[in-house]
Order: sequence, then structure tokens, then C-alpha cells
Amino acid sequence: MTDTSAADTTAAAQAGADTAPAPRRRRGVRRLTVRDRVVVALLLGIPLLLDLAFVWFPAIGTVLLSFTKWNGVGGLHSQTCKPNVPSILNNGCWYGVQNYHQAATIYPEFWPAVRHNLIWLAVFVLIATPLGMLFAVVIDRGIRGSRMYQSILFLPVMLSLALVGIIWEFMYSQNFGLINTVIGRNGNDNAIDWLGNPHLNLWAVLVEATWRQAGYVMVLYLAGLKAVDPTLREAATMDGANAWQTFWRVVFPVMKPINIVVMVVTVIESLRAFDLVYITNKGINGLELLSVLVTSNIVGETQRVGFGSALGVVLLVISLVPISVFLYQTFRREEAP
Amino acid sequence: MTTEALTRPAEAARPPAAGPRRRRPWGQAASQIFLIASCVLWLLPIAFALYVAVRPYSDTRKYGYVSMPHHLTFKNFSDAWTQSDMLHFFWNSVLITVPAVIIVLALASGVAFVLSKIDVKFNIALLILFTAGNLLPQQVIITPLYRMYLKISLPHFVSDSGLMYNSIFGLIAINVAFQLGFCVFVLSNYMRAVPDEMYEAALVDGASLWTRFWRLTLPLCRPALAALATLLTTWIYNDFFWAITLMSSGDKRPVTSALANLQGQFVSNQNMIAAAALIAAVPTLVVYICLQKQFIAGLSLGSSKG
Repeated sequence: MTDTSAADTTAAAQAGADTAPAPRRRRGVRRLTVRDRVVVALLLGIPLLLDLAFVWFPAIGTVLLSFTKWNGVGGLHSQTCKPNVPSILNNGCWYGVQNYHQAATIYPEFWPAVRHNLIWLAVFVLIATPLGMLFAVVIDRGIRGSRMYQSILFLPVMLSLALVGIIWEFMYSQNFGLINTVIGRNGNDNAIDWLGNPHLNLWAVLVEATWRQAGYVMVLYLAGLKAVDPTLREAATMDGANAWQTFWRVVFPVMKPINIVVMVVTVIESLRAFDLVYITNKGINGLELLSVLVTSNIVGETQRVGFGSALGVVLLVISLVPISVFLYQTFRREEAP
Repeated sequence: MTTEALTRPAEAARPPAAGPRRRRPWGQAASQIFLIASCVLWLLPIAFALYVAVRPYSDTRKYGYVSMPHHLTFKNFSDAWTQSDMLHFFWNSVLITVPAVIIVLALASGVAFVLSKIDVKFNIALLILFTAGNLLPQQVIITPLYRMYLKISLPHFVSDSGLMYNSIFGLIAINVAFQLGFCVFVLSNYMRAVPDEMYEAALVDGASLWTRFWRLTLPLCRPALAALATLLTTWIYNDFFWAITLMSSGDKRPVTSALANLQGQFVSNQNMIAAAALIAAVPTLVVYICLQKQFIAGLSLGSSKG
């Protein structure tokens, strides 16, 4: 697991800080005065403790708790859960991979939630990201009013997702909403229940999510496009490439770092998706997502800490893929001297 | 509503430095039409919510949201403001956001300085640790965090619940810890660009480490700190998840997550919900109008590797 080994190296880093050997490029700790070393220890130590205590300790905790059965009351112990015993007696015990097994087999919301998360990701990858990229490319051509267009398309990014959910409820409202009124489906018998119908509401919410995400992707790509060396385009044009070819064969590959950032943002945001569905209907009835299931298993009335953790681990494992790609891409060159 | 701020930079849109790229007029026209259509679609939901908010409930009840206005009023705004005690929720947001932003920036600049300018042997590993922490989905850590918050006691002058759970202090702590990684990443990239010769010169003058950090490095990082402060203020103000999960009672929640309660409270008057939502958007709209450049600069700093 990446997180455990990272935490280990951190502990080693602190121990090793005092005995750091001769500095290479940067100034080594050795050459510092005692007072300076105290300053280094404080500057690094306090945030490190905070990060370990509130982020990495819970992250490892999720993995460990996912192998237990616990309702949050009483303590945890290392005994194995006994089969065929009322669950009240089987509390805080070691449950093996049973939580994962139950999630995949008998928990009715699990597979719908996975499917919804995948649809969410697919819409972000296939619609929101290309749309944001298209906005960026068109705006980057420097047409008249591009700053104004950029500002307007960017506006939803500033709003909280909770707010986005509320604002869109007026668009989707059954009898009064803009959409149903325009398409003439606002009568009492033929109204479309965009946010209530379990076959429609995920798509309706994804329109909201795309509305916000496209602006975010646009800003990232605008920064990327500005950084592209203009002579590359000139050279491509000289060689007779048209705008389409220039973009896909020359500009897009040069933007690889931004592409990776956008990829990470896209995947992580689709895993984190929570606020929109929670504000719409608390994430039920067609809007189940893994993030909602994790939350409802720990802050709901029936607390299934171990089970909720197992769902959290599923999120963790998926998120480690884009995180690793990003970290590899970003820090690869620095590891080498 | 934002035209004044927006039209000004529009004039500055010069052709890019790429030199005279030949452009066909129909391409220009197609781009304009595409962008105008998109912008209309993008503004529509916000404009529509605003339109609902400025009309009395009796009006929209009778004619629907899509109808000519019979009365226009700001009464929904004033009613939403007074009936839901919004000032109180805004104050909660201030109490959480302001300390959190200051603490994150203070801590992150210290870490970034050490990791980018002093060899503590495991600089890269530590930087990866901080960066990766910020990329995790919040739901990965919420289960143990929730248990932790129920276990950790705080003195009553810090939290009247006596626990990390349901306290403003607890919410500041998680916002700080979670945003720390991003800021460390951005700032250490930024500080790496400060030439080492400057530090050699400072060393010759006998400057202590603290002086090199506080007097030399931080002033140079002012643009990055301003951009990050804008970004963090918006993000922490907009936070919904931590406040929903780590606070049980409505009255301590910041305004963004209190919106969820308001929805239930005003369920019989949708127009007032629209008004309340738009009031809650005001701080971010102020940031948007005044500090949009800083915000975008912050995002770009995070995405472009220094």
C-alpha cells in the first residue's frame, strides 16, 4: 500500500534528518546552527503531524477497520467474529473480508452505486472534458470578447456544488420549471419528473455536474495552451498542417502534463461526487454513489463502521490509480539526480 | 451583473503572439456563435434562479416560473435573510474560513520552504506524502475521522460540545489538514524557482534560517500566496461534505451546508430558497468579480509543474 510505506519513510525522514550526510545541491541540515535546526523541525514537524493525524492515520484506519465488524459502540478487539451468533455479540471483532463479500453479494445499493460512479466518470471523460477543452481552444484563438466568454463559462466553478444543485432545481421543477415549460410537459399528467424519476435523475444531475466541470477543465487547458511554445505552431503551419492536425499532432502532445492533471481531476472529482446528489435527494432512488454509501453507513442511524470502511477502501483503491500516475509523472524527474 | 468587470479585459484580447495566423472569416463567425450560445446556456440557470427569487410566491404559484413578471420584489431576500438567521450562518463561515486559510498558508509555506531549500534527505518523499494526501477522496478518510472526532475531547472554551465533533475547531482542523497538501505542492514549486544565489548572499550576511524564510522567501512568494488565499477561501467557504458529516446540529454549520436545512425549512416557498441560495453565493461572486485573476492563477499554479 502506498500510504503505509509513505508514512514509514516519513518517520524515517525525521529520524534521519539529524544525521543527514553531506549536502548535494541544497544546504544540508548538518551545516545549520542548533537554532536553525529547531526552526526546521518546527516548520516541518507541525504540519507533518497534522497531515499524518488527520489524513494519513484515518486513511490507514479505513483499511484496517474494513476488516472488522463494529457498530461504533464499545471497543475493538482482535478476536475473530463467530459465525451464527447474533450480531450484538459480534461487535468490534475481526471479520476478514466478509464486509467486501457482503458488499459485492447482498448489499443491494453497491452495484448500482458502482455503475453510477462509472457513468459519472464516463460523462466527465467523454463530455465535460472535451467540452472544456473545446472552450479553451476556441477562446485561445483570441477572438473578440474571449475574456468575457471565459469569465461566463467559468462562473459555475466559483459556486459550491450545493448551490449548483439548488439553482438547477428551478430548471428541472416539474410543473413550473423552465425545461418542462419549454417542451410543454408541465401538465399534471404529463410532467417529467427529472430529479425524481430513478431512470432520469442521474442524467439530470450529470448535466449540472458537467455545467460546472467544463469550466474547470477549460481554465486548466487555457493555462496549458498559453504555455505552448508558439514557434511549434508556426513550424507546423509552415509544414502545411491544418488547424486540426496542428492541435492533435503538435499542441496536444506537448500539453501532456496538463492532460495528466485534467485526467486526475476528472477521476478524483467523479469519485468525490457527493454534494450534488446529497442536496438533490440525499443520494437515494437512482442517485446512489459510493461516496453516499460510505457516508450513510457511518453517520446514519445504523452505524456499520467496518462495512462503511470497506466501501471507503474501494474508493481508495480506485483513486490510487490516478494519484500514482500523477505522482509518477510529477516527481519522476526529481528522483533522478 | 458582472459586465463592468468583464468587459474591461475583453478589449485587451489581442491576437496571440503566435504571429499572423491566417483565419477564415467563417471560422471566426462559427466560434462566436458557438461561444455565445454556450454562454447563454451557462448563464441561464443562474439567471432563472434570480428571476424566481425576485418574484413573490403568490405570483409564481399562479402563473408558474416561466411567465411575465407581475410584481418584482426583494422581499424574498429580506425574508430569507431574517427568517433563517443567515447572518449567524455567515458568521460561522467566517469563523471557519478565515482562520483555516491563514493557518494553511502559514504552515504550508514553512513546509514548502524546508522541502525546496533545505536538504532533509527525504524531501521528495515528504512532498509526495503531502501532495497525495490532498488527492484522496474525502470519503476515504471520513469513517475513522468521524470516530476520532467523537473520541477527542476539547476543553469547553474551545468547543461547547466538549468534543472535536460538532465544533468549529474540528472543522478548521480538517480543512487545514486536507488543503495543506495542495498548498505545499504549489508553494514548493514556486519557491524552487528562487535562485540559490540569493540564499548564498544572505548566508554571507549571516542571515539565520528564519530570516531567510521570513524576510527573503515569503515576500517573493506574495503572488502565489495571494492566488492560493483566493482559491482556499472559495474552496473552504464552499465546503459541504466536512460540515455535513462532522457537525450534527444545524446551528454551528457554515452557510453552504446550512443551505441543506434551509431547503427543508422553506419547502413551501421555493422562491425564498432561491433567494437564500443566491445570498449564500454573494461572497463567492465578490471573489469572482474582484479576484478572478487570482483564482485562475491559483488553479494554473497547481496544474503547471514549476
